[in-house]
Amino acid sequence: MKLMWFHLMPYTELPADFNKKHPSVWVDIHSSLFDPRRAHHMYNDFMDELEYAAELGYDAVCVNEHHSNGYGLMPSPNLIASSLARRTTDTALCVMGNSLALYNPPTRVAEEFAMIDCISGGRLIAGFPVGSPMDTCYAYGQNPSLLRERYLEAHDLVKKAWTEKETFAFNGRYNQQRYVNIWPRPIQNDPHPPIWIPGGGSVETWRWCAEMDYVYCYLSYYGYKAGLHTMQGFWKEMEKLGKDRNPYRAGFLQFVGVAESRQQALDLYSEPAEYFYGRCLHIDPRFATPPGYTTEATQRAGIQSMVSKAADVANPATKAALKATNMKDIVDGGYVLIGSPDEVVEQIRHVGISLNVGNLMLLLQYGNMSKETTKYNTRLFAEKVMPKVKDLFEEWQHEWWPKPMAKAQRAAIPAFRPQTVAAE
Amino acid sequence: MSEPRTTTVDVNGHACRVWTKGKGPKLGFLAGLGGLPRWLPFLDRLAETRTVIAPSLPGYPGAMGHTELDTHLDWVLAVRQLVDKAGLAGADLVGASVGGAFAAEMAAIFPDRVAKLVLISPFGLFDDKEPAADPWAQRKDVLPGLMCADPARWSELVAAPEGANSVEWPIEMTRASEAAARAFWPLGNTRLEKRLGLIAAPTLILWGEGDALLPPSYAAKFAGAINGKTRVETVAGAGHLAYLDQPDAVARAVLAHIG
Repeated sequence: MKLMWFHLMPYTELPADFNKKHPSVWVDIHSSLFDPRRAHHMYNDFMDELEYAAELGYDAVCVNEHHSNGYGLMPSPNLIASSLARRTTDTALCVMGNSLALYNPPTRVAEEFAMIDCISGGRLIAGFPVGSPMDTCYAYGQNPSLLRERYLEAHDLVKKAWTEKETFAFNGRYNQQRYVNIWPRPIQNDPHPPIWIPGGGSVETWRWCAEMDYVYCYLSYYGYKAGLHTMQGFWKEMEKLGKDRNPYRAGFLQFVGVAESRQQALDLYSEPAEYFYGRCLHIDPRFATPPGYTTEATQRAGIQSMVSKAADVANPATKAALKATNMKDIVDGGYVLIGSPDEVVEQIRHVGISLNVGNLMLLLQYGNMSKETTKYNTRLFAEKVMPKVKDLFEEWQHEWWPKPMAKAQRAAIPAFRPQTVAAE
Repeated sequence: MSEPRTTTVDVNGHACRVWTKGKGPKLGFLAGLGGLPRWLPFLDRLAETRTVIAPSLPGYPGAMGHTELDTHLDWVLAVRQLVDKAGLAGADLVGASVGGAFAAEMAAIFPDRVAKLVLISPFGLFDDKEPAADPWAQRKDVLPGLMCADPARWSELVAAPEGANSVEWPIEMTRASEAAARAFWPLGNTRLEKRLGLIAAPTLILWGEGDALLPPSYAAKFAGAINGKTRVETVAGAGHLAYLDQPDAVARAVLAHIG
């Protein structure tokens, strides 16, 4: 099983009365709540945490893209990934990902991902989300009725830009470029860096991932219990399409809090979890459903069947209001797995097996969790949990993992020595 | 209130519904946000003395094909086809809200298509100093009050009639909103102001005095830019879709203008 360390980079100092005084953590969150000097420390803490996870042997570090968002301070995950490319050595860099329709021209994504792949020696996982309604349609003003078509066309363009050897003209419905010829080119060129697709629970996305041979990732904030229905739907569809049950076809996001005992875990992680599920998911429902964002086929499936219940969970805005915000319900609902190392081992194995997911994306920092607590959680998991779950799915071949350059061929990165200015 | 006659015309390979009712000279109606999920008392008032022809724009109730339309030129040409095929070329034309923006385009770009023009709270402009509200980012309980002075009027427009398909009806209502978004996202600004000067048709501009979506002050911007003889009237007790709030008063004003 691949254990991947995911950071959302939440702003950690939203006030206690945030939900009462502000309508939304996303899109129109007020600028007065953002203190750039505090954010300086947050960014540096978060990047320390990602680097620490890499040192401790997590298979990958993961970053993602959000806009105008109080729980996601990465409008450009590529900036963080490029820094990580220099400050990590063997860990895969999972950019989960770039919302393709937001880049004009989309070849920008092909270029930046190729840069990260080159700098890191071929360690990139290229995530291509459509992007949430809040990010794409509201913060970035994209037309919801055109978003998916633009996304699919941008995907075709990026992939062709990576694989086509000659300069070519791209004559698309939304993008026309006379000379497409990106420099640099990715190291992973057989045929291109692994492509992973974070998506909701729509059958169309599952079919597309199967057809393209991409990893499907279900990035819900609501844990394995709520995610079970969706992942069962995914595997049922794979079976219908004649695909094997290779668990590495799928990724899943799970919050975890590990400590010496269950009680200690409750003591340590209740506040950051309640901060996340309370303040960070306080999203104005008016930003949930721009018309056209959800395809008519998915709307139809949603009205007709229970599939919608699971699919909606992927969209925090539609369900956030109904979801638990106190630790007891958060834990009972399976949003956050907590316990002693052995209790967490048991739960992680259960998640892996019941959802059949080989790529587990772990949120070990959430809400206003301090760097100290985050490092504790990260280290305890790495030392006491990871060794007892790594063997899961070892009978399967991971065909969608980065293939970096051989270690001996890679550039030597000089040790980082910060210049400290002596006090005068 | 009897039902209109239903026919369809083809626009870019998609069927678009045309409703016709009444007697007398032809009068076209391009509906506002939500389209025409049902026939309206306002149209009945007009049909007493005019042959009312109401074609559905692509994506609005009764019509498909909005997903073919990528640019504003695509939309304008689709509406022109619709106007021509519905037999409205050269007739008087009433357009409201999103339909109002297209009625103005017809009169500006194809002046022989429109005799007299009525615009009811038309889309097409955006003023930074007085920004229009966002019809596509509203809570369900707030939206009706943004559409009409009496929120119940909007709720009645979009309510599923008895016997309607409970799966397809809400999808059709969402599709109407998507079609509007496809043409007018995100600000409702189609740079119509560049073309208003081409309008030579005598024009009546009606604006609900309580329009909470598009500020009534926009009426003066339209009137100032249109070249033809233009008059502005404010509709008391009406919101954005004034023809739902005050069907009689709006119908009277329309008939008084087109004679």
